[in-house]
Amino acid sequence: MAVNQLSETQQKVGPPLWLLAELTYDCPLHCPYCSNPTELGDKKHELSTKQWLKVLTEARAMGAVQLGFSGGEPLLRKDLEIMVKHGRELGFYTNLITSGIGLTEKRIAKLKKAGLDHIQISFQGADPEVNDAIAGRGNAYQQKFKMAQAVKAQGYPMVLNFVISKQNINQMADILRLSCELEADYVELATAQYYGWAYHNRDHLLPSQEELVEAERIVNEFRQQQQGKGPQFIFVTPDYYEERPKTCMNGWGSTFLTVTPDGSALPCHSAKMLPLKFPNVKDKSIDDIWRKDFSFDYFRGDSWMPQPCQSCDEKEKDFGGCRCQAFMLTGDMHKTDPVCSKSPDHHLIEQAITNAKTPSAPLIMRVNDPQEIARIKL
Amino acid sequence: MSEQTMIPILNSMFRFQYEPAQNCHVLLFPEGMVKLNDSASEIIKLIDGNSSVEQIVKLLAAKFPEAGDLTDDVAGFLITAVEKKWVHYGS
Repeated sequence: MAVNQLSETQQKVGPPLWLLAELTYDCPLHCPYCSNPTELGDKKHELSTKQWLKVLTEARAMGAVQLGFSGGEPLLRKDLEIMVKHGRELGFYTNLITSGIGLTEKRIAKLKKAGLDHIQISFQGADPEVNDAIAGRGNAYQQKFKMAQAVKAQGYPMVLNFVISKQNINQMADILRLSCELEADYVELATAQYYGWAYHNRDHLLPSQEELVEAERIVNEFRQQQQGKGPQFIFVTPDYYEERPKTCMNGWGSTFLTVTPDGSALPCHSAKMLPLKFPNVKDKSIDDIWRKDFSFDYFRGDSWMPQPCQSCDEKEKDFGGCRCQAFMLTGDMHKTDPVCSKSPDHHLIEQAITNAKTPSAPLIMRVNDPQEIARIKL
Repeated sequence: MSEQTMIPILNSMFRFQYEPAQNCHVLLFPEGMVKLNDSASEIIKLIDGNSSVEQIVKLLAAKFPEAGDLTDDVAGFLITAVEKKWVHYGS
C-alpha cells in the first residue's frame, strides 16, 4: 500500500501565505469594473461566523500570514469585528478592503480595538461627480473622503485603491493630489482587470495606449517631485498592453487562497468560472484543500502546459499567465494566456483593444439582484 | 546629535514577528511580508523606541561577544531600514 499518494507537485507545495476572505458579495456600490462574478449567488448560503473562524484558524496553522477581509462590502457583516479579533489573535496581519460605505468613526475604533492592522479604501474618481457616477451612488465620495480622514486620525496605515479605467484616467493629476491630501501611505493606481462585471464592460473601461502612456508619465513626474515624501504610488498597467502575461496569483495554488461567501475555496477570486470542481470549506479542511485537492493541484508545475509555453524559457516566470483569461477569451483554460505575443490567440487581445475605441453594447452597472436594475434606472 | 545617540523607531506600518512556517522573523505590512535574516532580526528586536544606536550596539556585543565590533553592521542595516521606511529616527 502506498504510504504517500501525493503527486510530485503536491509534495513540493508551500503554505498559502495569503487568505482572502470574501465575506459577502453584497455591496452598496454598483461599480461597472467589479471583478465579482456576475452570478452573485444567494445570501442565505453565506458562511456563518463559526465557519469563518474555523477557516481562519486552519489557514493560520498552515502558515498563512496575510488576511484580507473583502467582498462585496465586508462591513455589511455585523460579525466582522469578531473575525478581525480572531485573526489578529492568531497572528495574522489583518487587512480590511472596503468601499468606505458603512464605515463610521465608531466602527473604525471598534475594529482597531479588535486588532485590525490596516484599512484599504477604494475610490472611483478624484471628485464627487466622477466618483459617484462610477459608484452608482450619491454622496459616496463625501463619505469616502471623511472616512479616509478618520482612518488616518485613528492611526491606521491606509492604502487607497483607485481602479483606473477610461472613465477616470484623465483625472490622474487630481487623483495624485487627493491621495496626498488624505495622507495615504500607499496608493494603488490599478487599471481595471477584465473579470466578472468588468469583462462585460471591457469596451467601456479599457483605456487606449495613448491614455495609459500619458497617465504613467504624470505619475512618474509626480514621483520625482516627491523626493521620498508622501504616499508611495503603485501604477499597474493592464496586461492587455503587455508583451508577456502577468504571473497570475504568483502561480496557481502557490501563495493565494480565496474563500468565497458560500465557502468555495479557490486559487484566485475569479477561478469559480473555470470548468473545474472546487472544494468547499464546509466539507473539507484548509489543509486537505490546499495540499490534496485535485483542483488546487491542477495547474501546479508545468506538465499541463501547451505550446508555446511548454518550450518557452520564460515559463518559470509567468507560468503561462492567467487561466481565467485564457478560458474567457479562448474557451479553453489550458491555453497560453492570449496576452502573450507568442500566443496563437493574441489577435483576440488586439481585437479587444480595437473594440474598446467604439463600444457597441451599453455599460452595465453592477447589481446585487435583478430587481435592482429597475431601481437604478429610476 | 551624533548618529550614535539617535534613537531608531520601527514605523507603525510594520509589525515584527516570528513566523514558524517561514522559520524566520518577518516584517508584516499592508498586504506584504519581508523575511529577515538572523542579524537583521537581532537588531530589530532591540529597536524599542528608547534605545540609541550606541546602546543597541552594546546590547548586541553583550549577546554575541564572539562577533567583535558591530558598529558598522548596525549602521549599515539602519541605512537600508530607513531607505525602506521600516525605521525612522526619533529624538
